[in-house]
Amino acid sequence: MKHIQTGCATALVAVLWAGSSLAAQMMTEIGAPEGQVNIVAWPGYIERGETMAEFDWVTGFEKASGCKVNVKTANTSDEMVALMNEGGFDLVTASGDASLRMVAGGRIQPINIDLVPSWNTVDPRLQNAPWFTVDGVHYGVPYQWGPNVLMYNTTVFPEAPTSWNVVFEEMNLPDGKPNAGRVQAYDGPIHVADAAQYLMYHQPDLGIKSPYELNQKQYEAALDLLRQQRKLVGRYWHDAFIQIDDFKNEGVVASGSWPFQVNLLAGDGAPVASTIPVEGATGWADTTMMHVDAANPNCSYLWIEHTLSSNLQSDLSVWFGANPVVPAACNDGRGMQTAEGCTTNGFDEFERIRFWTTPVSSCESQDECVPYYRWVSDYIGVIGGR
Amino acid sequence: MAGPLSYPRADGLTGRLSDLFWRRPGVLLALLLAPPLLWLGVIYIGSLFALLTQSFFAIDEFTGMIRREFTLKTYGELFRPANFDIIVRTVSMAASVTLASVVLAFPIAYFAARHARGRWKVLFYLGVMLPLWSSYLVKVYAWKLILAKEGIISWALQGAGLGFVLDGILSLPVIGGNSLSVSYIGTFMVFVYVWLPFMILPVQASLERVPVNLIEASGDLGASSRQTFVHVILPLALPGIIAGSIFTFSLTLGDYIIPQIIGSSRLFIGQAVYAHQGTAGNIPLAAAFAVVPIVVMAVYLWIAKRKGAFDAL
Repeated sequence: MKHIQTGCATALVAVLWAGSSLAAQMMTEIGAPEGQVNIVAWPGYIERGETMAEFDWVTGFEKASGCKVNVKTANTSDEMVALMNEGGFDLVTASGDASLRMVAGGRIQPINIDLVPSWNTVDPRLQNAPWFTVDGVHYGVPYQWGPNVLMYNTTVFPEAPTSWNVVFEEMNLPDGKPNAGRVQAYDGPIHVADAAQYLMYHQPDLGIKSPYELNQKQYEAALDLLRQQRKLVGRYWHDAFIQIDDFKNEGVVASGSWPFQVNLLAGDGAPVASTIPVEGATGWADTTMMHVDAANPNCSYLWIEHTLSSNLQSDLSVWFGANPVVPAACNDGRGMQTAEGCTTNGFDEFERIRFWTTPVSSCESQDECVPYYRWVSDYIGVIGGR
Repeated sequence: MAGPLSYPRADGLTGRLSDLFWRRPGVLLALLLAPPLLWLGVIYIGSLFALLTQSFFAIDEFTGMIRREFTLKTYGELFRPANFDIIVRTVSMAASVTLASVVLAFPIAYFAARHARGRWKVLFYLGVMLPLWSSYLVKVYAWKLILAKEGIISWALQGAGLGFVLDGILSLPVIGGNSLSVSYIGTFMVFVYVWLPFMILPVQASLERVPVNLIEASGDLGASSRQTFVHVILPLALPGIIAGSIFTFSLTLGDYIIPQIIGSSRLFIGQAVYAHQGTAGNIPLAAAFAVVPIVVMAVYLWIAKRKGAFDAL
């Protein structure tokens, strides 16, 4: 009796072990849909026509596949990581600062791109992007991306500003008045990267390779630039709608921004436009990733294919002021996006955008970099006038 | 009557329970008190204690990982100039908001308590309470529009030829700024607006409890109305003022939404806590910042007690 028990226990352990190692492997075929898929997403990323009837990329999928889409929105990358660590979800739309953290934590399973028929329509510039590809293995499928553009008032700037210096250096703007009090900057510590990128172009002797990997000296230089910027900025922006209001009512005429605000303001008839100056710009790129223990893998694969092949890419890029990861979605009429719209959202500027990643102390381009938590405490000091 | 008086024995569980409660009242008390005490002890004090514990850890300078061993290093960081600025800024804002609220609230509360009658009284209550019924965020966003550079205040002053007054106020060092909505003055005005009802209501309640015959007696004994106010009304209303000031002071200490929408982006304690947790992962410093309002309030209550604010309670 005793040895039968032991045998059973061994077999059970073996089955469990095999089960868990199987789950970590790639799927090789798509089975019958489970009837639902649970997604953690940014607000506004998965619309089913409830906010505005014409923005709907879910109900068609539900009808065609039989998979009900359940969405849990998360407001920060940290919330996303926490939700995925907790489990119970199949997919997540992870940004560059969350994606590798989750892969390293073993929460994400590799994607078999052979099971995603539309994979070859994905922008070749994104197919092997480092924020979801590790050692040649794809831990996700690109979802959407966008730049942090320089938004400006077209009555003050008859021609687009060519440099970020309008928000970093004290100067007179083309209308003859000083820029102090009329420019803004993002209040998140990641704005240090924008300053570093500006220095990368204007002070090459600092030797900055990536604005997210700064050694102590480069970091100090970036902070000095930001201290100079503090004198020009009345209020930093945090919330997209507050920035929109500041451009309308507060006399702000130039600021780093997202195409989202540019589109909303322009749609409202405000005299604004956006540009990516000579120094380039920072940006964000999001990826659909699948939980290692996803309960609904078949519906997940169907959804991933849907994100690439349907109206989603096109309509989402209109809705969010972002760029499709399938270039054809810009102009093949599958949704509302047009070639001009993609150009406005920065589609052609991909090469000049450095996508957001979390600064860590062990970085690739140098021996040791200043980690993100110090960016936070020091940027607080800079905004406080220190 | 023959034989000892005997009661029928209670049967069943309920009966025995009720016997038990009657014989040992302490058991009933413990049973009734257990849920609220557990709530207070585990949920309130427990979470507070977890927070306090975090603040005695420190973040490793190199790896950014939290080292779980006792240290006061994180509290030391609070005294770095950039962090200490945040504390000074928040406490001075809370103090000035409280003072302004007392000055504004007292006459309103006095009128409502001692002079308004019937419909007027209802109207006063409504006027004070009405702003509390609308969403906090709606009020703050509305104020952002009112205070904006191209908003109604600056428009009206320009129209009346008084634009120079506003410009003069805004050119003041430190508290001034590019417009009311990006200056400390704006933050201060909105704080006072939002928390004023929390000052008016307790002051009004305390003024209503001042006995009329004491005021009449004071007058009969020859006190001027000023003397009556200083020596009779004010001391008796003090508990209400202290209660109100605890509200306005602590609410301002903890708020992190108003300074984010209105002001010059310089951080207040609540915002610092928010910034340090999250991606930054500096939970110890966030926790240490969160302890500051607790300490400040403890000191405040201690001073208030020493001044005899609670003697009338």
